[in-house]
Order: sequence, then C-alpha cells, then structure tokens
Amino acid sequence: MGAPRGIRSPCSRGEPMVAFIVRRLLQSVLVMLTVALVGFALFTYVGDPVNNMVGQDTSLADRERLREELGLNDPFPVQFARFVVNAAQADFGISYRHGRPVEDLLIERAPATLELSFAAGLFALVVGVPMGIYTALNRHGWLSKAFLTVSLIGISLPTFLIGILLILVFSVWLGWLPSFGRGETVQIGWWSTGLLTRDGLVALILPAITLGLFQMTLIMRLVRAEMLEVLRTDYIKFARARGLSARAINFGHALKNTLVPVITITGLQLGSVIAFAIITETVFQWPGMGLLFIQAIEFVDIPVMAAYLVLVAFLFVLINLIVDILYFVVDPRLRVQGGGAGL
Amino acid sequence: MAEPLLSVRDLRVTFPTRRGVLTAVDGVSFDIMPGEILGVVGESGAGKSQTGAAIIGLLEPPGRIASGTIHLEGERIDRLSPDKLRRIRGRRIGAVFQDPLTSLNPLYTIGRQLTETMRTHLDLSEAQARDRAVALLGEVGIPAPADRLDAYPHQFSGGMRQRVVIALALCANPRLIIADEPTTALDVSIQAQITALLKRLCREHDTAVLLITHDMGVIAETADRVAVLYGGRLAEVGPVDAVVNRPLHPYTEGLMACIPTTHDRPPRLAQIEGSMPSLRAMPAGCAFHPRCPHAFNRCVAERPPLFDHPPSAAACWLWAPEGARAAPRERTAS
Amino acid sequence: MTEPGEIPLEAPREAPREAPLEAPGTRLGRLRATAWRAWDSDILYSFLRSPVTILAAVVALTLVAASLAAPMIAPTNPFALETVDLMAAFTPPVWMEGGSWDYVLGTDDQGRDLLSAILYGMRISLFVGVASVLFAMVLGVGLGLLAGYAGGWIDGLLMRIADVQISFPAILIALLIDGVARGLLPREVHHEVAIWVIIFAIGAPGWVQYARTVRGSTMVEKNREYVMAAHIMGVHPVVIALRHVLPNAMGPVLVIATIHLAIAVITEATLSFLGVGLPPTEPSLGTLIRIGNDFLFSGEWWITLFPGVALVLLVLSVNLLGDWLRDALNPKLR
Repeated sequence: MGAPRGIRSPCSRGEPMVAFIVRRLLQSVLVMLTVALVGFALFTYVGDPVNNMVGQDTSLADRERLREELGLNDPFPVQFARFVVNAAQADFGISYRHGRPVEDLLIERAPATLELSFAAGLFALVVGVPMGIYTALNRHGWLSKAFLTVSLIGISLPTFLIGILLILVFSVWLGWLPSFGRGETVQIGWWSTGLLTRDGLVALILPAITLGLFQMTLIMRLVRAEMLEVLRTDYIKFARARGLSARAINFGHALKNTLVPVITITGLQLGSVIAFAIITETVFQWPGMGLLFIQAIEFVDIPVMAAYLVLVAFLFVLINLIVDILYFVVDPRLRVQGGGAGL
Repeated sequence: MAEPLLSVRDLRVTFPTRRGVLTAVDGVSFDIMPGEILGVVGESGAGKSQTGAAIIGLLEPPGRIASGTIHLEGERIDRLSPDKLRRIRGRRIGAVFQDPLTSLNPLYTIGRQLTETMRTHLDLSEAQARDRAVALLGEVGIPAPADRLDAYPHQFSGGMRQRVVIALALCANPRLIIADEPTTALDVSIQAQITALLKRLCREHDTAVLLITHDMGVIAETADRVAVLYGGRLAEVGPVDAVVNRPLHPYTEGLMACIPTTHDRPPRLAQIEGSMPSLRAMPAGCAFHPRCPHAFNRCVAERPPLFDHPPSAAACWLWAPEGARAAPRERTAS
Repeated sequence: MTEPGEIPLEAPREAPREAPLEAPGTRLGRLRATAWRAWDSDILYSFLRSPVTILAAVVALTLVAASLAAPMIAPTNPFALETVDLMAAFTPPVWMEGGSWDYVLGTDDQGRDLLSAILYGMRISLFVGVASVLFAMVLGVGLGLLAGYAGGWIDGLLMRIADVQISFPAILIALLIDGVARGLLPREVHHEVAIWVIIFAIGAPGWVQYARTVRGSTMVEKNREYVMAAHIMGVHPVVIALRHVLPNAMGPVLVIATIHLAIAVITEATLSFLGVGLPPTEPSLGTLIRIGNDFLFSGEWWITLFPGVALVLLVLSVNLLGDWLRDALNPKLR
C-alpha cells in the first residue's frame, strides 16, 4: 500500500522557520475553510434543517418564521460566515437523532476515541519500528521473511476482519478478553478514562491491536525501506570505511536518518488512525466519536456528520503542523537558517 | 628494498550475477611503499574502485575477492573476519570518497563524526578527542576550527567538506589512505587545493596513498608511481615520470596523448578509437587488442603477462623479451 | 535489489527505451519498443522466478474465474427464494457434526448455501472493485494529463487539491460521499443506485495517485522531440497525449491500479460491513461478514469466517501481484 516514497523536506532550504510555519498556518486555515464549506454545504443542501426540527403538523407560516429565525434566508456568504464563527466556537447545532448539542456528544465521546487511537499508535510504533529495523538489517534471515509475509497478510486484512478474527479467537474461543465496550472507566473532570482500571485496560487490548495492526505493518515496511535506502548512502559507506562498529552505524547513523521520513508518515498516519477508529469502534461497539459518526450516516444526522468532519480535519491539520515542526527538531539542515559559511 | 606497506597479488574480484560471473578486477598486482603515493588510473569500469574497495573489505555484495592476496605490513588482510577488518579500516587504512557532499552524515556535527571515529580506534577521552579534532581541522585548513566543530556538514562548502573528509580519514593516523576520485566532484579551482592538501598531509604524516582517479593530470602532479588499469587488468605500472613521458603500453600512450599540455597544444585532443569492452564481453587475448593500432596475431590469441621493462612494466606483447617487437612490422608487411 | 555491482558496469536501465532504431512515433516502432522493454525489464523472468507470484496469480485467476462463472458453478442461487430453505439455516460446514454435502461450507441464518453466497458475493465485490478502479483511473489519468499538459494555474490548482485530499483517508471521503447520497436521495432510489454510489464513493478519492504519476511522465514526455514534432505538425493535443504520452505512463499506472484494486475491494467490504455500503439484497463479501458477525457468539463462526477467508485470499493475491509488478517494472525499488 504505497507509502509515499522519497519524502521531500517540508520547506526549501534557507527559508526561516517562522516564515515557513506562518505559511503552513495559512495553508491550514485554507484547508479548514474548505472543509467548513463542505460541512456547511451538507447542512444547507442535504435535507432541510427545518424539516428535521419540527413535526409534520407545523404550519408553513411557522416553518417560514423558523427559517427566518435560524437565518436560513440570509445570503449564502452570511450563512457561511455564521457557520464558520459557530464552528470556531465549537457550536455545531443540535443532533437530529439525539436532540442534544453536537459538541456535547462529541466531547463525551472524544476520550474513548483518543485513548484508543493513542494506544493503537503506540502499539504500532513500539512493535513496527523494531521489526522494520530487524528486517532491514537481516534481509535474508528467515525471521525477516516471516515478518514480511505476515506484514503482507496484515495489509491484506481489512481492519474489521482483524477485529472479528481477534474476537473469534480471544473472546469466543479462548474467552480471555472482552469483545465490546470500554470496560470500567474513571471520570477525571470531563474526561472519562479507561486507562486507570484493570478492566478498562483489558478492554483496550483487542481494539488497540485491531486498529494498530495495519499501521504497524505500514511502519515496519516503511522503516525497512527507508533503512535499506539509508544503508546504501555514501555516508554510511564512509562510516564503514572509518571502521565504526556495526552497532554505531546501524543504530546511530542509519537509524537517525531513517527516522526523519518515518516521523512524517507516522504523524500523518495518526490522522488515519482516528479515521479508521470508525471501523474498530463499530466492531467493538467502542463508545467513541467514530461510532457516533457511523450512526449519523445511517440516520442522516447532518449536524453530527458536519461536526465530525470539521473536527477530524482540524485534528489532521494540527497533526500536520506538529509533524512539520518536528522536522525542524530532527533535521539540522532545516533548523539552521541560510546555507554554507566556509568557502 | 624496504618491505612494502601494501602488497596486492593476482587480485581477482568477481560479481556473480544472474547473467553470469563478471570479473571486475582480473589478476591485478602492485605494491605500495610506506609514504608512497600510487596513482591508479583507468576509464570508468576499469576496476579501479573495485580494487580500492577490495583492499578495505567494502566490496558491495555480491562482489567478492575470488582469488589473490592482499598483505598490509606483512599481514594478510583479505581473509580477515569482518570485525578484524573493521578495526583495520579507519585505524590503519583510511578512505576518502568521491563526493564530499554525500560522504558526511547530515544529521551529526562534524565534531561528533570526528570524535566518534577517533574514539572507536584510539583510547581517548571525549575532551582529548575534541582537542585533537580541533587540531586536525586546523591542519586541513578549516578556519577557526574550534568554532566549526559543532557545525553540521551542510554549513560547509564542497571544498571545505572534502577537507573534513580528509581529516576524518587521517584522524586515527592510518598508514595508508585509499582516495577514490577525491577531487572529481569538486570545482576545478578547488581540485588543485585539495590535491595539494592531500599530498602535503601524507608527506607530513608519512602516510601512503592509493589515489584512484581517471584524471591523468592529477596523477602527474601528485603520484610517485602510477598503475594503469584497463578492463579490470593491469596494463602498465611504473614511476610517474616514466609512464607519462615514455609509456610502454599502447593504451597508456593513447591515454597520455589525451592530457592537454599548455605548450604546443594540439588542435584537437587525441582520442582513443572505440571504447572499453564491457566486462560481459571481454575479448580473448589482450583486452585492448580491438582498439590497439599495433595489434597482431598473438594479441588476439594470448593474454600478455606483465613484462618488466625497467623502470616500468607493461602487459603487452610488444614488450615480450623474445624480440617480439618485430611482430607488428610483420603484420604491416603482409 | 539488483546486484549493486552491476550498476556501474552496464548501461542504465532506461537505455533500452531508445534502443529501437525506428522513430518511436510509428506504430511498429512503438510495438517493438514495448516488446523490447517488456523483455528487458525481465517481467517474464521475475515472474517465473517467484513461486509466490505464480501461486498468487493462480489464486487470483481462480477466484476471478469462479466468481464470473458463479451462476454456472454455484450449487444454488442464493438469491432465488425457491432454493433457499429456512429449515436448513445454521447448517455447519460438511466436516462438522450436522454438516451436509448439500452445503459444503454450511449455511447462514436464512438457510442460504454459504459457498454459493460467497461466489456471488465475490462477484459483486470484484465488480465494485474493478469499476471503482476504472473510474479512478480514467479520472486520474485524465486530470494528470491535463495538469501535466496545461501546466500553469490548472496544474497548480489540481495539485493543491490533490495535496489536501491525499491527507484524508479514502475511507472517510467514501463514507462522506455515501452519507451525502443518503441525504440527497430518497430511500427507495438510494437502494436502487446504491452500487453506483459506492463505486463513485470508492473511486473518486483514488484519482490522486494516478494523476500525480501521469502528470510526472507527461511533463517529461511533452518536451521530447517527437512530441514537439507532432505538435508542430498540428496533431491535436489530445491525440498526442493518448498516443505518445500515455503509453509511457502505463507501467506505473498499471501498478497503481493493481494495488488500488486490493484497496477498493477492502474499502467496499468495509463500507458494507459498516452497514453503509451495498443493500442486503446484493450481498457482497463485506455484507456476508456483517451478517455472520451477529452470530459469532452463538457459535456459528463459519458464516463470518469463510467469506472473510475468501476476501483475504482475493486481496492478498492481488496485493502480491501488485508488489511483484511494481518490482518487475522498477527494479530499483526492490
């Protein structure tokens, strides 16, 4: 599954960091506005909001009054501006299906999704990176071949099927792990966490593996490919020629250079982890935002759909920004402004 | 005569590929004396770099030394375990590669790369290594070395980076440096500086150099002796002065005619007709015979050994002792 | 990995492109060039050398053939109500107690023969997959040609859209398109056109990779002499694009299409599993798995497992073929 290859540096050399970040921020704002436009179009053109709010027996005059009150008769730019302002204040209206403010629903569900995504990402990294390094360094070993074969099966298994198979084996046949829900949670302020109880942690295992497995295989293949690429470079050859130990070359020189692109992909994958959480949450009936979104699609609950869309886009943009900044931390070529002194 | 520092005998480097075994280096022998600069010239694909890589044990798989021996200060090093060979690299044999822009790890400061190399081979504390690194950088001509220690490679120009690379090659005081096209990637104006620097440092440190290049000009300026490779084989070896001014092998002759001279510049640079045969299709007999203006029957049939003709030696039937010099005339007569 | 030793010793890989002497524009010349490239890129060689690939090809072809021939080879027609026997519901596979040769892989909750349902379901999965890939390919190749050819602001705009879109997972976009369609279309209409909505939803986000690839090779090709010549001779740009530029991009496009097919089949199965894909009247593999999922805990695991295995076999074999194709067409990436 083509991981983007040959990742370019996020900015041309010599561009000051501040200017670069400002440029990326502007881009991000543009992206958010585009997404907001899509969300707004959903509101306005898909289904009639008024129909969804009032009963069958409401008179036409009442409907018209409601339209006026809601500002639905205002010109398009005014309506859009209002949508953006509201969205910026996390006000997405009332869910058609739940009859509650969408933002309340999302806040209630967010901890479940975020904890699941975090656990899955952690699993993917902690297992995927070492496997990638191992397979790159021992290219012809049988264990490497086994890892690669497993990874190919891993990317050929749809997330939902992984979940089902895990449930079948560990819940149905072995009866070791729970197959649905978050288990026991603890409330800390508005955040409900499952990380503090044994029950909650046990409930997290299968969903986290399900969600993380695909990312893990991706990271493994990426680390392997990048590492092989780096091992072929001149500076690694030169490091060998200087007689550095294999350990220093592989884990000092090669790994650090490998990590630069890996950070990007991993960061960007974090976004897709949140998106794929939709599937995992459905399989495990995990009470997160994804489950809410799927139910919203089934019932055409537009405010929830729009809000989820804007929220996910926001998370994506945020992650992108963080990845860009991380680049500066890792790669000195970007950190130091201007090119060469010297001759 | 003193004991040679490096002694290569009948070195054969092969690459088993799925289309058959390629012989990149075919029966090459030469010696390097302590402190001597031996130039190795030839076209690309002549086996120069593979020879260098074979000596430091860095042939890229599937390349391997098929036969022959390599001795360093009397010790055979072509059969050493990877770890023992690693301890020789950098410590006893340094290396300088072609492209200074890609030879340095972009994510580490040059100071760290220097101290790391020193501390791998020498028993130094971090502070001692840093002091030594500063001194070395000064020696290779980097201005304000103490300030530049914590700079990253991209903050140096190409010429400066090659100076850093040379410092890295020298930092554990090796007896021999293998310099593979050390100036090819540099600006012409900087090439001479780097060549001169390499020469001066090696004289000062009494370090021998195996200088691999395709540039006869660099050889003429720098080397003490020169080995000419053609098609993976040694064509001629001898003191630089003799090889440049009185070449024995017709190939060397052609090569020398290619050097532009400042005075009596010919209207056009001479060219050797044709091109070097591919390693997949090495002709029988002398590898050069299809392009050689003096080729005769024996050249096609038999591969010439190295004939001594002091001060040089050439692998050419023209220099066979049994008076084969008459042979080409025979051919022209018939 | 190609043998690294080979790289300096032989002409670069691209060389054969120029090998045929005929003008590349003529039909015969192109044909020869294609044949020559196919041979030289060792596609056949690498195919025959890789048992895994051969196995994958056999599995993929078998599955495709079996699903195409489903009406002929399936034991029953799972859609025909008269053959469905509710009394036979939850029959386990034949090797388990209570199994019957009438239902080799068992039956589902409605008494449908699972093997037949899988064959028919795979037919639908493959149809949706292939159709979405074709849709994405036509869209992407078209936009890629446009961007590469037109350049300027059109190119800039398309590539910016691509940048933004690629950062969103395709599944999310597909879900959104599906959700919008549900909102816009009355329920009965939606049921009827669901399959086309799904094809659109899966195909539409896929254009980016095709477009980027085709745009790249368009920008390279459009400056080649023969394209310029065709241009000057007044050949219509669309004709030039299709005849001269496109063939050069077909290799990578084919690779993308193969891997995309695997993704498309997975995406369709996922949507159907989530209950927002195809209606239960047209059960694809994903729908079957969804149905079976409800009976996981009551012990009827086969209803979900066998369609799952079929799905994995299909996707895995296509993925393996895609991997092999990518390596065969671009040895450098190995």
